[in-house]
Amino acid sequence: MLKFTDEHEWLKIEGDVATVGITAHAAEQLGDLVFVELPESGTALDKGATAATVESVKAASDVYCPLDGEIVESNQAIVDDPSLVNSDPQGAGWFFKLKLSDPSAANALLDEAAYKELIA
Amino acid sequence: MNEHSPLKQTPLHALHLSLGARMVPFAGYDMPVQYPAGVMKEHLHTRSAAGLFDVSHMGQVILRAKSGRIEDAALALEQLVPVDVLGLAEGRQRYGLFTNDDGCILDDLMIANRGDHLFLVVNASCKEADFAHLQKHLGKTCDLTLLDDRALIALQGPRAEAVLAELWADIATMRFMDVAEAALHDVPCIISRSGYTGEDGFEISIPAASAEDVTRRILEHPDVMPIGLGARDSLRLEAGLCLYGNDIDTTTTPVDAALEWAMQKARRTGGARQGGFPGAEVVLRQFTDGASRRRVGLKPEGKAPVRGGAPLFADAEGKVPVGTVTSGGFGPSADHPVAMGYVDTAHTANGTPVFAEVRGKYLPITVSALPFVTPTYKR
Repeated sequence: MLKFTDEHEWLKIEGDVATVGITAHAAEQLGDLVFVELPESGTALDKGATAATVESVKAASDVYCPLDGEIVESNQAIVDDPSLVNSDPQGAGWFFKLKLSDPSAANALLDEAAYKELIA
Repeated sequence: MNEHSPLKQTPLHALHLSLGARMVPFAGYDMPVQYPAGVMKEHLHTRSAAGLFDVSHMGQVILRAKSGRIEDAALALEQLVPVDVLGLAEGRQRYGLFTNDDGCILDDLMIANRGDHLFLVVNASCKEADFAHLQKHLGKTCDLTLLDDRALIALQGPRAEAVLAELWADIATMRFMDVAEAALHDVPCIISRSGYTGEDGFEISIPAASAEDVTRRILEHPDVMPIGLGARDSLRLEAGLCLYGNDIDTTTTPVDAALEWAMQKARRTGGARQGGFPGAEVVLRQFTDGASRRRVGLKPEGKAPVRGGAPLFADAEGKVPVGTVTSGGFGPSADHPVAMGYVDTAHTANGTPVFAEVRGKYLPITVSALPFVTPTYKR
């Protein structure tokens, strides 16, 4: 199941774990990323809390936790090479995996069609 | 500035849109922050070939003495800037600062001697205030005009000279900070060999009606790429150049800001025309006694950029404040984060370790010589 937030994150949900990243639209808006800071595994985060920080040449931006949960894995590859987020935002440029406290809460997020309408 | 007032457009606005620029509000203007190539490529292209910038939002001012004598115009302007204007030869340009009665900086500017008048270029966000300041203090003896019918572009980078030489062969005879008048594609332009990137390059004042045509033709050259405000900022930061409103403002003096080089001997204590500018007492005293803080380069030791506003501490626990970052970001040519800011005098030596507070962490950052890249000015 693929879901989106109005904060321009995508979630690929398999069972009770969501892989989270930022959308191609967000990556394009941010421009060339030069730094990514990710949460450590085991961190419990509420929906809306700051989960990660990305920095372009020009500015820093927060990436918010899309649902309540616990971080189970972070993508070291984008820390080592932030440009992966620009080149493959919805693939190799994923940010972290989140074990959802309540997987059913994902139903309230946007589907792909609704997200595309949001950024149109 | 009223943020709800409609944004102004430069004479190159339509060109930016046709090039696919992302536009942002800046100093009351709708300006290109980047083009489709993006900030990183634009920055690197400027350092390796040539970048073209629209800086038409900046203020271009003609200052002419009512007597008609350039010396009178120079002496008049010296009442407002701690700069040797009288000693500026015809066809030469010099960096300057407007100071206030506290010796702090109202704006920075370029001053050119154009033979029978002075030509000033001031910051966009300050241009109305600067013009009112000039009128108030010099209006009795000088005629002042804030030009609204000229565009200003900058062509910067190692290929800038070769690109312009195809239009005007004599460009190669200009030295850094020379100013000359020449026709580019039959349009009379005022050209200075200067810029805001640390690269060799030129700033070109063009009549507004011809600006898009001249600019399009320069952009047709395969070495030239349009560059937005994003890369303009990272280029000037690597070059160690101040951004008014960030690194210098009405709380900083020229001595705080390490801009003593902008005050020539004639205006310093013991000089032929010492003092005589607003706040001279404060500034000249600081020249002798030093200031309590100083602008320095700052090199973050990690990968995380440290932005303007970050507090600086002597220790990794954030107990002993020593200053503030005023500009910071990533330097694409330096290939590491770069910053500048103010530290107290005990921490100004190159190599001094300090700590910047970023998102609750104290990141190691080292006081470093400016600039972060070696300038390539043709002196």
